[in-house]
Amino acid sequence: MDFISILSIFVMACFVGYYVVWSVTPALHTPLMAVTNAISSVIVVGALVASAAAGNATSKWLGLLAVVLASVNIFGGFAVTARMLAMYKKKEKK
Amino acid sequence: MEHIAPNPWVALAYLASGILFILALRGLSSPSSSRKGNRFGMLGMLIAVVTTLITHEIASLPEILGALAIGGGIGWIIARRIAMTDMPQLVAAFHSLVGLAAVLVGWAAYLNPEAFGIAGTDGLINPVSRVELGLGIAIGAITFSGSIIAFLKLAGTMSGKPILLPMRHVINLGTLLGIIGLIGWFTQDQSLWVIATVTALAFLIGFLLIVPIGGADMPVVVSMLNSYSGWAAAAMGFTLHNTAMIITGALVGSSGAILSYIMCKAMNRGFLSVIAGGFGAVASNGDAAKTDRPWKRGSAEDAAFLLGEAEQVIIIPGYGMAVAQAQHVLREMGDQLKAKGVRVKYAIHPVAGRMPGHMNVLLAEANVPYDEVFELEDINGEFAQTDVAFIIGANDVVNPAAKTDKSSPIYGMPVFDVEKAKTIMFIKRSMGGVGYAGVDNDVFYMDQTMMLLADAKKMVEDIVKALQH
Repeated sequence: MDFISILSIFVMACFVGYYVVWSVTPALHTPLMAVTNAISSVIVVGALVASAAAGNATSKWLGLLAVVLASVNIFGGFAVTARMLAMYKKKEKK
Repeated sequence: MEHIAPNPWVALAYLASGILFILALRGLSSPSSSRKGNRFGMLGMLIAVVTTLITHEIASLPEILGALAIGGGIGWIIARRIAMTDMPQLVAAFHSLVGLAAVLVGWAAYLNPEAFGIAGTDGLINPVSRVELGLGIAIGAITFSGSIIAFLKLAGTMSGKPILLPMRHVINLGTLLGIIGLIGWFTQDQSLWVIATVTALAFLIGFLLIVPIGGADMPVVVSMLNSYSGWAAAAMGFTLHNTAMIITGALVGSSGAILSYIMCKAMNRGFLSVIAGGFGAVASNGDAAKTDRPWKRGSAEDAAFLLGEAEQVIIIPGYGMAVAQAQHVLREMGDQLKAKGVRVKYAIHPVAGRMPGHMNVLLAEANVPYDEVFELEDINGEFAQTDVAFIIGANDVVNPAAKTDKSSPIYGMPVFDVEKAKTIMFIKRSMGGVGYAGVDNDVFYMDQTMMLLADAKKMVEDIVKALQH
């Protein structure tokens, strides 16, 4: 992919993000932060590429360390979001 | 130069995970759809990880699986054990991990550019990729060190008071320009010292930027760092030509930016003035908190009597409720009042607590139904028909000076019109302390105000006991 196509995806995604996030109800702003945290750990893709490649040992270990950090975030972020969301309940019907 | 992903299915898989992430955020538009959204997010992450693993030649699968298991295990345990009152610290800590991971990935790509497909035929890194790498590492490093400071302040390890260095604006601006200049230079010269200096300076400025910002401005800081962690992921996505990372980075980046904007607006302060820091540092040393005006002190029994007789009670929680861990006993009080036929509502200011939505989570934890919880603009018109406004651990968000006193540091901030309620009950530890802004609050001295001076949890427990008689 050339730089311009990537840039286009990026700009479009910013607009999507803008509208999607404004529609998030303020009561869920904390879960929003927790889940954005979890998904930004998609950076694990880069970490996996680095740790999978042969050739440079330092690069591989940096990658593996990044995999550890990102997976703390992925599992921790999604799990804590799920835990919070499970608490939001409606008034029980009498 | 050769790219690793000529297979269109791979690109489609990453696109799919990007779309699933959009749906994850979309789900948060209401609590009922949110759990499904979260599952979409997990699925998106699974697709991204599996796609990466099956499309690359892997020289070290056991190590990778080990790393995933170690990190995943730690994350899982933390997520299960963390107390809801500690959410702001946790989120800050998680941000720092994303930042550090971005730095590490950037360095790995610098050391092994062939693996990332960013090397030219001469073995050097493409100039465009160098800018992306430099930016990714710099933003990641700022996110890391900034989040560490935010974490220490939120956890109380470091004083929440703003720490002001002399000449800090000059130092910050100089460091920032230095980083930008060096990233420019990096396109000409890809020596190790350039990228090492960029990394070091970025760590430094993350630290310098957050240190002068005080505790109650943390909602803005945490949102801002949230945004940065997204931009760091996006920059790495540019380097890797990976749509999942770019889409996610853009989503998270805009999400954090919007939250920062909402928080600033709720305090009527400019983003730059929050970032410049130092708010409340001067005023709180002054003698603003003179309490020589007459005020009335109430007991738990008095409060219980008035609350029990009321038709409608609005409860306004603030950070003090979180500190005292009073949310559970508060809900108990609400239940008892409801059993007596009192209408109970909760009113939440956007900046109550230490992160966006902090109070909502705590009330949800205490099993307060979310349809009893209202935002500022939805409930502010109701105070005139309210018998008791019950303020627990909040202060600046009910200060009428924000509406009337042009010289007040909080002038213009939207606040609750509690003074319209028939009775105001104000739980506070003592008359001495003032809110974060360091200004006196006229509500303390109003005729209809009853000051309940005690620890918030203790006081509400006593009210609950008194209500039982």
